[in-house]
Amino acid sequence: MDAHITFYLNSDLIDVTINPSITVLDFLRGEKHLTGTKEGCREGDCGACTVLLGSLTPAGSINYKSVNSCLLPIAEVYGKHVVSIEGLNDRELNLIQHSMLTEGGTQCGFCTPGFIMSMTNYFINNPEPTLEKGIAALDGNICRCTGYAGIKRALENVISRWNSRPIKTGSHVSQLIASRLLPGYFAHAEQFISTIPTLQPSAPAPRFIAGGTDLFVQQWEALLTTDVSFINHQNKESIRETDIEFILPGNTTVEEFISHPGINSYLPGLADQLQLFGSTPIRNRATIAGNIVNASPIADMANILMALGATIELQNGTSRRTLPFEKLYAGYKSLHKDPEEIISSVIIAKHQGNARLSYEKISRRMHLDIASVNSSLFIRTEGNSIVSARLSAGGVGPIPMFLEKTSEFLNGKEISASVMHSAIELVKTEIAPITDARGSKEYKQLLLCQLVKAHFIKLFPELIPVEEVV
Amino acid sequence: MKGYDSIQHVRGESVFIDDIKAPQGTLHAYVVYSKIAHGVLERIDTSEALASPGVHSVLTSSDVTGENQIGSVIADEELLAAHHVHFIGQPVALVLADSKINALRAAKKVRMDITPLQPIFDPREAYEKGSLIMPEKIFTLGDTESAFKECDIIIEGKAESGGQEHLYLETQSALAIPSEGNGIKIFSSTQSPTAVQKITARVLGLPMNMVEVDVTRLGGGFGGKEDQATAWAALAGLGAFVTKRPVKLVLPRQEDMRITGKRHPYSSDYKIGLKKDGTILAYEAVFYQNAGASADLSPAILERTLFHCTNSYYIPHVKAKAVSCKTNLPPNTAFRGFGGPQGMFVIEAAIRKAAKKLNMDPVDIQHKNLLVEGNEFPYGQITEYFYLKRSFEHALEKFSFRESQKRIAEFNASSKLVKKGIAVMPICFGISFTTTFLNQASALIHIYTDGSISVSTAAIEMGQGVNSKVRNVVAHTIGCNHNRIKVDTTNTSRVANTSPTAASKGADLNGFAALHAAEALFDRLQKVAAAELGVTEEKSISIKNEIVYSGEQQTQLTWEQLIWKAYTSRVSLSSQAYHATPDIHFNKETSKGRPFAYHVTGTAISEVTVDCLRGIYEVDSVKIVHDIGKSLDPMIDRGQVEGALAQGIGWMTSEEVIYNQEGRLITDALSTYKVPDIYAAPKEIIVEFLEDVPNPYGPLKAKAVGEPPLMYGIGTFHAILNAMSAYKDDDFEIVSPITHERVLMYLHDSK
Ligand SMILES: Cc1cc2nc3c(=O)[nH]c(=O)nc-3n(C[C@H](O)[C@H](O)[C@H](O)COP(=O)(O)OP(=O)(O)OC[C@H]3O[C@@H](n4cnc5c(N)ncnc54)[C@H](O)[C@@H]3O)c2cc1C
Ligand code: FES
Ligand code: FES
Repeated sequence: MDAHITFYLNSDLIDVTINPSITVLDFLRGEKHLTGTKEGCREGDCGACTVLLGSLTPAGSINYKSVNSCLLPIAEVYGKHVVSIEGLNDRELNLIQHSMLTEGGTQCGFCTPGFIMSMTNYFINNPEPTLEKGIAALDGNICRCTGYAGIKRALENVISRWNSRPIKTGSHVSQLIASRLLPGYFAHAEQFISTIPTLQPSAPAPRFIAGGTDLFVQQWEALLTTDVSFINHQNKESIRETDIEFILPGNTTVEEFISHPGINSYLPGLADQLQLFGSTPIRNRATIAGNIVNASPIADMANILMALGATIELQNGTSRRTLPFEKLYAGYKSLHKDPEEIISSVIIAKHQGNARLSYEKISRRMHLDIASVNSSLFIRTEGNSIVSARLSAGGVGPIPMFLEKTSEFLNGKEISASVMHSAIELVKTEIAPITDARGSKEYKQLLLCQLVKAHFIKLFPELIPVEEVV
Repeated sequence: MKGYDSIQHVRGESVFIDDIKAPQGTLHAYVVYSKIAHGVLERIDTSEALASPGVHSVLTSSDVTGENQIGSVIADEELLAAHHVHFIGQPVALVLADSKINALRAAKKVRMDITPLQPIFDPREAYEKGSLIMPEKIFTLGDTESAFKECDIIIEGKAESGGQEHLYLETQSALAIPSEGNGIKIFSSTQSPTAVQKITARVLGLPMNMVEVDVTRLGGGFGGKEDQATAWAALAGLGAFVTKRPVKLVLPRQEDMRITGKRHPYSSDYKIGLKKDGTILAYEAVFYQNAGASADLSPAILERTLFHCTNSYYIPHVKAKAVSCKTNLPPNTAFRGFGGPQGMFVIEAAIRKAAKKLNMDPVDIQHKNLLVEGNEFPYGQITEYFYLKRSFEHALEKFSFRESQKRIAEFNASSKLVKKGIAVMPICFGISFTTTFLNQASALIHIYTDGSISVSTAAIEMGQGVNSKVRNVVAHTIGCNHNRIKVDTTNTSRVANTSPTAASKGADLNGFAALHAAEALFDRLQKVAAAELGVTEEKSISIKNEIVYSGEQQTQLTWEQLIWKAYTSRVSLSSQAYHATPDIHFNKETSKGRPFAYHVTGTAISEVTVDCLRGIYEVDSVKIVHDIGKSLDPMIDRGQVEGALAQGIGWMTSEEVIYNQEGRLITDALSTYKVPDIYAAPKEIIVEFLEDVPNPYGPLKAKAVGEPPLMYGIGTFHAILNAMSAYKDDDFEIVSPITHERVLMYLHDSK
């Protein structure tokens, strides 16, 4: 059933009645013949289709994020500002375009618009850019030609030109415009979109789409003929923190999770580790509930939440119930959950005292890749002894696994290398890896054992001598 | 430098095939392929697909109007399978529908009955069963048998190198439009417009002059669109020819990965003999090339493996044998380096094993045996203008190799779980098509009456900057400004009988052809200017930046005036010229000759860090001294080196092509097949071009650049092994790619 969708595309108001599940990529290329946005893979893995998605904040400004348009259903851009490469073009090349040209950041050119969109997004969101963070912002873009060296030079060049910009006053957007990083119409973009009437929630349908980063990879074609409802259209709440817990709305994105100050102070270091989750544009869209319900054995958020002992709140109409995380999965891709139930929130209890999390993920390629094996250990200690431990592992069985026996074994133990080795022996009895594209079963078992060692070395460097690990 | 192409790239305005606004009535094509690796195709049932919404027709082999044959070297490949299928992914039918999605939906409804036959996937098994593409090839120099008797040590071993998916970001694509009088015009993403023209003509049963092929640019090729762009263009052409409507065929990524061939995996045996001091006396190797189901370009690729089997080293006694094994995998094809990397991989492995046995540093064996001026290659050519040793010694010195080794040893002594490694990789790569007749090109230049210029050559722009280089050559020769010149699309009606843009030869061959064409125009302009200025000595006329000089004297004659004068004096402002690489020859019977115009050489030093606890690594730096002759465009050449290097590292580290037991590709998406991302590429790349090494065989004394730097990636492979050996003193198997899995298993698996 077609939906009426209103949004701004670059500097134009778009008002269409269209299949809500058509991707923004297909809309841009097919309906609008804006072909600067490229299709390289249609599964979020190349970044050639990157566009910016700007949403109005409660404060009335626009918050831009880079997203993969190949995984973005058009219904999700209602009331928003979509920017494609064409929307950055001025008569003259802008600073990023010019630097990509002069520093050899483009060869065949197919990946180039995507890189420019990601870089632009970085500068929009970071008034004090650094090369290292700028590179991180390009973690979702693949280039097969340049070896990235020219792209890094281009980035460096833009940073140094930005740092020496003559005008350093006024709003950030106005400085970006003055420095030729954005075209002039960005100064009024929030006025454009604030005029669009708020969306009336559609009737609930049995198929939920949240970030779409799972659904649109395999099922984009089927979704065009399925009745769907968009979780983000129902309501968008923020993470709440109380003295005893964090309450994450189901559609919290991975990005929102890792940039939450409270979570960062409770789980220091996790945000850095979660840079290994997908890529910047994927993290901007991927939701926690989507990760959980997708039930992939190597889902990273599921792995972490399992170790943290999170509680899941399920909602069906007005009825709600809660479930401990490890009770959710019934078997491969099957959940103890009715199809109509949505995950309304995930609750992480805060533990006082010495509580620490270690999360490890190894994949074929460290960034922009799904894990071969991942594992989290959440451990509470008193002195040198373990008060309680929760160990999870992914990629070693049909579901994200809670290693119950090993966790129980660790409870109450004094931390030592020999306890660690005994735990590893137990781990082996709890898992059943299979051989697939991400590795052989022998490798996955070995890798998990190594990751358990890594947890201990990282968490207790003074108690676990490296000699006793090797 | 600031190419027209690049300006459009950064604005997102460059037009690739799928960006061409399809004419009204265009049909969209979807390829239906075999899901069985080997079998008899009993029946194809298209009835359900034909009834699917929006479907116009479904074509099978019986709809081919000409010959159902697309093999270019050996006629062993059908466009659409008729009676047998030979690999999973082999095209069987073509669905044509009014939209992409309707074509896709209908394609799922095509049914086929296939009676399976026994498939072969392993090249050695194919060899044993006599399943070969062509008879084996042998290169020999000296007499290995007696030389081995002189050796102090002899080492034998095995080395395996994996395949590699091209992963050009633009997938294979073509748009075919029927033209007047039963002809066809095809916009194709091909490195080889003439191959597309010739094969399409064959498939349709037309003379070549009825098929026009036009190529604006490619979103990456890397060899994957040399021979393997043809099928898609021919299929689109067939669709357009049969339906009389435009047909667009763009392979979805997953289909492209499943159907098209890749770099050839090789399984090889070697035997190397040395003196105690590290001098290599004799080398023998047997290369088993996994060619896949049909010949494609495998024979020429096989030969290049032999050409490069001794890499950068002078070895007086060599015997190398190579066999092209026919298996039930997609036909493997050209990929940057064209078999050369696979040959070099084996000798580098042999040297490391020898070094370990002799308790020597591999770098000393490498250094001791480097080719120098006047040495003979196993194929009979003698080194000339040869600066390999200079680059090697310069790299070691300039990048403080010995100090780095020491620093790394100290680091490793104090770090238990994280180890660093370093390795040196010299390269020597022959430039020319080894199929000698391909070393020709032609160019066509028009100067229009307003002074603007159009240049057409056979070269295909695919990001390697050949258009900029051709433009530089023309501007330099005629003396006009760069922005006057438009390098036009590559079009078979303007430039005929083109060789593929491949073998790193695009800029060389077409640069020379453009140079000759520009020289002819310049000569005419000199005459016109001399007459106009009343100068008797026409050779004293020169043009720089569009200012006409008589001797040293600047004249008032403007560019526009000069061109108009030439036109009104009835002097031709068009010029067509031709170039054939001189002095090259190769006798296929004796495997001796002078196949290459020249060699490209250089040296890279790779440094890596391996986390031995987790089995992962990072490439810290690759520092290169490279011989580029006199660069036609240093920024482009640097980009080529950096890009090729990253691809070489990908081939050696994370890019693993895996087929399952049925012969189905399981790494068939970017989510499972991992090319380097911005983090996997080296953190630091330094490229220094060797100075003062003009190349008499290149246009304006330049050298080719596309392929050779890829092989520096082999050094990164050995740097990783070097780091691993600081953790575990072991004789690691030589299997590439050295994935995270292999690293961890080598280091920790007790088996
Ligand atoms: C390129 C790429 C890289 C990726 N990398 C990673 C990675 O590193 N680690 C990782 O773990 N995953 C990764 N993923 C997978 C995916 O991004 C995550 O699983 C993500 O969290 C899914 O969330 P989503 O909101 O996009 O899900 P969607 O695609 O919207 O939905 C997924 C499923 O969840 C259901 N669903 C969504 N929200 C709810 C809800 N509130 N209640 C009930 N059901 C719901 C949907 O109906 C659907 O069945 C990657 C995906 C891509 C494309
Ligand atoms: S097309 Fe590759 S990420 Fe969207
Ligand atoms: S320039 Fe070709 S993929 Fe990046």
